Amino acid sequence: MEVLFALVVGVLFACGIYMILRRNLLKIVLGLALLGQAVNLMIFTAGRLTRGAAPIIAQGLEGFEQPHADPVPHALILTAIVIGFGLQAFALVLVRRVYQETGTDDGDALTTSEG
Amino acid sequence: MTILIFLPVILPLATATAALLAGRNVRVQRSISVAGMLALLAVSCLLLRAVIADGIQVGQAGGWASPFGITFVADVFSAIMCVMAGLIGSAVAVYALAGMDEQREAFGFHPLLNVLLMGVCGAFLTGDIFNLYVWYEVMLMASFVLLTLGGTRSQLEGGMKYVAMNIVASVIFLAGAGLLYGTVGSLNMADAAVRLPLTREGGQTTVLAALFLVAFGIKAAVFPLFFWLPSSYHTPPVVVTAVFSALLTKVGVYSIVRVMTLMFAPEAGFLRTFLLVVAGATMIVGVLGAVAQMDVRRLLSFHIVSQIGYLLMGVALFTPLALAGTVFFLVHVILSKTSLFLVSGIMATYKNTYDLKKLGGLYRSTPALSFLFLVAAVSLAGLPPSSGFWAKLTLVRAGLENGDFSIVAVALAVSILTLFSMIKIWNEAFWRNPGDAPSDETPETLPDLNPRSRTGLYGPLVVLTVLIAALGLGAGPLLDLSLKAAAQLMHPSEYITAVLGGIR
Repeated sequence: MEVLFALVVGVLFACGIYMILRRNLLKIVLGLALLGQAVNLMIFTAGRLTRGAAPIIAQGLEGFEQPHADPVPHALILTAIVIGFGLQAFALVLVRRVYQETGTDDGDALTTSEG
Repeated sequence: MTILIFLPVILPLATATAALLAGRNVRVQRSISVAGMLALLAVSCLLLRAVIADGIQVGQAGGWASPFGITFVADVFSAIMCVMAGLIGSAVAVYALAGMDEQREAFGFHPLLNVLLMGVCGAFLTGDIFNLYVWYEVMLMASFVLLTLGGTRSQLEGGMKYVAMNIVASVIFLAGAGLLYGTVGSLNMADAAVRLPLTREGGQTTVLAALFLVAFGIKAAVFPLFFWLPSSYHTPPVVVTAVFSALLTKVGVYSIVRVMTLMFAPEAGFLRTFLLVVAGATMIVGVLGAVAQMDVRRLLSFHIVSQIGYLLMGVALFTPLALAGTVFFLVHVILSKTSLFLVSGIMATYKNTYDLKKLGGLYRSTPALSFLFLVAAVSLAGLPPSSGFWAKLTLVRAGLENGDFSIVAVALAVSILTLFSMIKIWNEAFWRNPGDAPSDETPETLPDLNPRSRTGLYGPLVVLTVLIAALGLGAGPLLDLSLKAAAQLMHPSEYITAVLGGIR
């Protein structure tokens, strides 16, 4: 299972990096989104994959039953998803505004700020 | 007094909320913003006093004992940085009264500025690596909007580069935080510092160190990851540039120092040479970029990069004296850079341009401004007796004691080039007669500022200049404080005991 996840994470990272290296601004934002998902899955995998054991203390018990899934990575991913959503939404709006202002979505054409 | 350590975060949040509630009423927003910033400065000073008097301050959010909850930690270094954040926040908030257009103010400049400060102070105070990530995002989001607020073409284009590069850095940082949890099972930095040496999982520690270094390196604009900075920092109004240059890259440096000293100190030997090379390259490339510029703000933006090299040099040398040099240099460079940017803003208020070719004759028409520029410029170049001289002297001495002569040579050579580019601004903007009238004896009449905007523009600048001069003439107290901060950084056991208490 870990191997499969590692492969998926690797492929996602590769796709994301390929996309952020492209000139089209929208594709760059898509690349950033892919990278975000890659990291989320990576945190999930690095936090150990434990199947069929929710981190919920059953009634009448004092603590977790072993084995149980670690809830911390889930909390991290949840936070990261929310933050990533905000960042990507902003980036999308920015791409739109840049397009409105400059009439191009080519990253190499953005040269007015280079003086 | 555990609440004290949370106040530098709570206050800006409250101020931002109050300013938002004021709606489009710019006047109310302004007074709330200035009052909030001054309160932040006062609280940070109290925090610094408490840290000096009673040692490292620790606060557990929600009463959860560390390492399970989120811990806030203030040692001398973070307290100094909070004071600087409060100081620059106050200076910029006052400057914005006259230096910001009403439209941007009506569309949320003041709340955003406070949110930015909240993120910055949170990053300085948190003791939890994931929480640090969250503060980075708070800071980033506010900086995205501040950078693009107003929506001019160059702002949007610069903003695009800034946003893309910083999201990449955040992704790398997040990957580091996630892998750190996977390796040691803890996000509390002190706890991780204890556990990291125990996990001998091959090269994982080095991978983590590399991930954090790259992520913070992008934020700090370190060579070769700095290209986003000079193409975006000069686009927003100068108030925004001033606060960015003072605080944002410095948060990156702060994080490098914190993470390196606390968690990866054993790796420092391995990374030292690498960091030294990066520091030297950052200095050289930054200053060469600056020398080539004719736009004041772009020139100063390249200098931000160059100065980061000096900060990194102290980290790379990794001796108590070198780290003290970094702390001292941080204080010095925050003050000097902010005043230089504020001066350039006043120049543009008079002349309506940042282009050195079109500026000129300012010495004759406004000697006071020239003097204020001179103090900050001399300090940035590091001529005695200015704050920059003592900062550079400390770093150079640390380098010589370590026997790293090449980095010392680079640091000194870059100082000369810094001086050269400051003289360039001086000659072009202040000394030279304005272009078409080479032998004109009567000073050019500048547009009159009304008394209120004069106070707004010059007030904060005068305060910063006085502080720079005071640091130059009486460097002793701050140097002692920096040595104290460096001692705490070099011996993280104090930090770890303060955070984890009796647990270990």
